[in-house]
Amino acid sequence: MINFQPLLLTFQLALVTTFILCFLGIPLAYWLAYSRYRWKAVIEALVSMPLVLPPTVLGFYLLIAFSPNNGFGGWLEEVLGIRLLFSFEGLVVASVIYSLPFMVQPIQSGFNHLAPSLKEASYLLGKSRWQTLWYVLLPNIRPSLLTGIVLSFAHTIGEFGVVLMIGGNIPGLTRVASIAVYDEVEALNYTAANAYSLILFVITFLILLSVYLVNGRRVKTWTT
Amino acid sequence: MIRMQVQHPLQSAEGIMDLEIDLQIPGQQLLGLYGPSGAGKTTILRTLAGLFQPQEGKIIVDGQVWLDTAQKIWLKPQARKIGYLFQDYALFPNMTVERNLKFALSPNQGQSRVDELLEMMEIGDLRQQYPQRLSGGQRQRVALARALVQEPQILLLDEPFTALDSALRRRLQTFMLEIHQQLQLTTILVTHDENDLYKMADQVLRLESGKVIDQGKPEQILPSFSTKIIGQIKAIQKVEDGFSVLLVVEGKEMELSLSKLPNWSLGDRVEIGNF
Repeated sequence: MINFQPLLLTFQLALVTTFILCFLGIPLAYWLAYSRYRWKAVIEALVSMPLVLPPTVLGFYLLIAFSPNNGFGGWLEEVLGIRLLFSFEGLVVASVIYSLPFMVQPIQSGFNHLAPSLKEASYLLGKSRWQTLWYVLLPNIRPSLLTGIVLSFAHTIGEFGVVLMIGGNIPGLTRVASIAVYDEVEALNYTAANAYSLILFVITFLILLSVYLVNGRRVKTWTT
Repeated sequence: MIRMQVQHPLQSAEGIMDLEIDLQIPGQQLLGLYGPSGAGKTTILRTLAGLFQPQEGKIIVDGQVWLDTAQKIWLKPQARKIGYLFQDYALFPNMTVERNLKFALSPNQGQSRVDELLEMMEIGDLRQQYPQRLSGGQRQRVALARALVQEPQILLLDEPFTALDSALRRRLQTFMLEIHQQLQLTTILVTHDENDLYKMADQVLRLESGKVIDQGKPEQILPSFSTKIIGQIKAIQKVEDGFSVLLVVEGKEMELSLSKLPNWSLGDRVEIGNF
């Protein structure tokens, strides 16, 4: 019988990360879609970095940054009493950064594909930016929102390198399913490794399948 | 009364051109902006609506300053009382016709305003429909109704008939003209169709490369209607409320809508204009 704790921890991490990313990703995507700020490309590149950077590189810099021996980590520990290294909170922060492009990019592209006249029409009807975002823009990019949310969730489930670098392998705290698989293989315990792997495989497949089904149907109903 | 002076460099197909406009539009007039694509017609509408900020300019509407670049005054689009009919209608796809109109209500207005407009525009039956299900002409009437919810004094029409067939076009021209007169609006119509201007405009401004090159009543400004027009009939088709005739005039095709068909047949050379 396998230990379900790593799986539970994985989904907990994915849930918290996705929740935080909603609040962070929507405003950021909005800004990237509509701002005419000169250095926007720099921010855009930074947001997308986790897509191409080896997770270990990101993990390594986060390890340095979170370390209590360094400026930022020390400040966190002294002033706020938070230690991000080898803790669940640390994993959350790292996952938010790591999955950021998966939330931001679909939403940004959703905004970009909306006719600019929708936003302008709303402004001319006297509605504020906030009202326009909430009642006009977001409801019309629902498929993009769903894609962003699900991809962030699924991507966080699949995290390995970053977690290993800054979280380690502490049971119940930082040992997520992907780490548990690695751990079991190292111990030549292939049955347990297979159980974890299969569960992750099936769940992520189902998640992605449901997105494509829902979005496919929505596109159909919207265009007919 | 609208007073508008604007200067802005615009990117066009032939390179940079300067938009230089100095307009005075009396209240309750229907002004047509006419000219080739890229002449700056839509930019003028967008500037007036606050959707575009020119480098230099001043806009005063009924004594209220909307824009004064020298004094860094710029009134947000939300605060300008303008009804704007977009070329693509800009109906919100996530809302029914009724919700589109309700969304436009200002806090001190009630549902009765929505009902009133649905009736005025003859779209009461479409209340519960989503915009995607409507025809071009229906969408346009919904968009016009929505633009009028807040009782604006100024109505801006950006190529309102482009996407419509000619029979519908003529019906909606009449309809819009009636709305303009009934609500005593000041209306600016952007178009590159002379027909629209003949039928609707009190005054026409002819624009080219960002400048007004001619100004006056439609019959004074539009040259092609000052002589006889002869066309050869290429096709005749029966449509909803009459006939659509395809003609070749000086090598170009044009479509003519007629409620009754004169004694014409294919290949005839006929006179279709004598102004």
